[in-house]
Amino acid sequence: MPNEERKIVLPSQILGDIRSNKAGRGTFIENGKIISEKLGILNANSSYINVLSFKGRYGPTVDDFIIGIVEEALSAGWLVDINAPSPAFLHVNEVPWDIEFGDTEKYLNRGDCIMAKVSQIDESKKFQITLKDRNLYKIKGGHIIEVEPSRVPRIIGKKGSMIALIKKYIRCRIFVGQNGRIWVDGDTESIERVLQTIYKIESEAITYGLTNRIEELLKKDAKDVR
Amino acid sequence: MELDIKLIDDNGKRLDGRSAEELRKIKIEAGVLHRADGSCYLEWGGNKVLAAVYGPREAIPRHTQNPLRAIVNARYNMAAFSVEDRKRPGPDRRSREISKVISEALEKIILTEQFPRSAIDVNIEVLDAEAGTRCAGLTAAGVALADAGIPMNDIPVACAAGKIAGQIVIDLGKEEDNFGDADLPVAISPRTDEILLLQMDGHLTVEEFNKALDLAIKGCHVASEIQKKAILDKYQSVKEAE
Repeated sequence: MPNEERKIVLPSQILGDIRSNKAGRGTFIENGKIISEKLGILNANSSYINVLSFKGRYGPTVDDFIIGIVEEALSAGWLVDINAPSPAFLHVNEVPWDIEFGDTEKYLNRGDCIMAKVSQIDESKKFQITLKDRNLYKIKGGHIIEVEPSRVPRIIGKKGSMIALIKKYIRCRIFVGQNGRIWVDGDTESIERVLQTIYKIESEAITYGLTNRIEELLKKDAKDVR
Repeated sequence: MELDIKLIDDNGKRLDGRSAEELRKIKIEAGVLHRADGSCYLEWGGNKVLAAVYGPREAIPRHTQNPLRAIVNARYNMAAFSVEDRKRPGPDRRSREISKVISEALEKIILTEQFPRSAIDVNIEVLDAEAGTRCAGLTAAGVALADAGIPMNDIPVACAAGKIAGQIVIDLGKEEDNFGDADLPVAISPRTDEILLLQMDGHLTVEEFNKALDLAIKGCHVASEIQKKAILDKYQSVKEAE
């Protein structure tokens, strides 16, 4: 795959025919032709033709781990902003606490941040999230930044390689939400260095050999390598 | 009204030296605003237009939400300093009409059914006006929507044609618009040639209308190429910025 040209496609560009390929994400079919529906990079290494977008809102998928910000406490749950086109609902049964009816505000309130998992999406795109999984809780302390959701796979790296790299050279805790929100905790200096690294990854996300370059960068001013 | 301006000279050239089928100079730059999800700056002759796209995001107030699809809110606004006399700021009859027709044109090409209950906001700000701002605004909005990564059928594009001094010409300039006989702004989806917006001011016979429509669609295709080049240029440079 390296050195292969990454092709940029525009909306309305014809990418192929349904007789030879299948229409994947970011495409639609009209008159037997597969047509791109958004601006992005063409990905056609399997029988599917996909368009991976540069920009755009987060489109939730079931079982995604995300970082949400509580918008409103209702009597039966919370409305949580997950950076998607509409807010997600967190039901009182989906939290690890025993809550009496109407007592939701005592546990989570507007502005609180949570690590959560997308549990359900119905056909009218109503999102439900849950806190009932391991390592899901209300965030206390640390720092949250937002990146383009389309860049998240590069920040995580293949099987978490990029995150493992950052954790190896910088003493910190990181949680990357699929919705483009990243939580970082550690001392002030570490947070600053992690953020700079992440911004660098984000701006160079579509270039090759990124992991190696980031490793060199981190090595240069590494203090205590674990 | 008695004219003392000659809109087309003896050589068939127009006031600004263009021929009947020549567009004004178009310059487009994508992704100029930092806070918007997608944006575009466009110069079309003397028109200067800035378009910004936000969303899809939750539609507020909640009663405007459509449970089946996203709503598109385009807002066309002219800056107070965009015209010779000061334009009284705020929405007026004209800009509300243009906002409505542009919203409806964009709704047709955005795949709104992917985002139920949400809103896509498109802000079109006219900084400098010289006839044909609704076409320039819609063309800029098309680039801004693509830049925002919003799924669409096509990138919309608009261009006007009209009648001056008894002759059908493309893309009317300021004097041509003021002293001409008719103006016909057209927006199309360039892949299918479907019409997204069609308005007419003045009088045309059926033959003149057909000729003007063909000419406007031809102009749309020219503008569409410039749009696509602008988007590719922006992202090619991102790709090469290593």
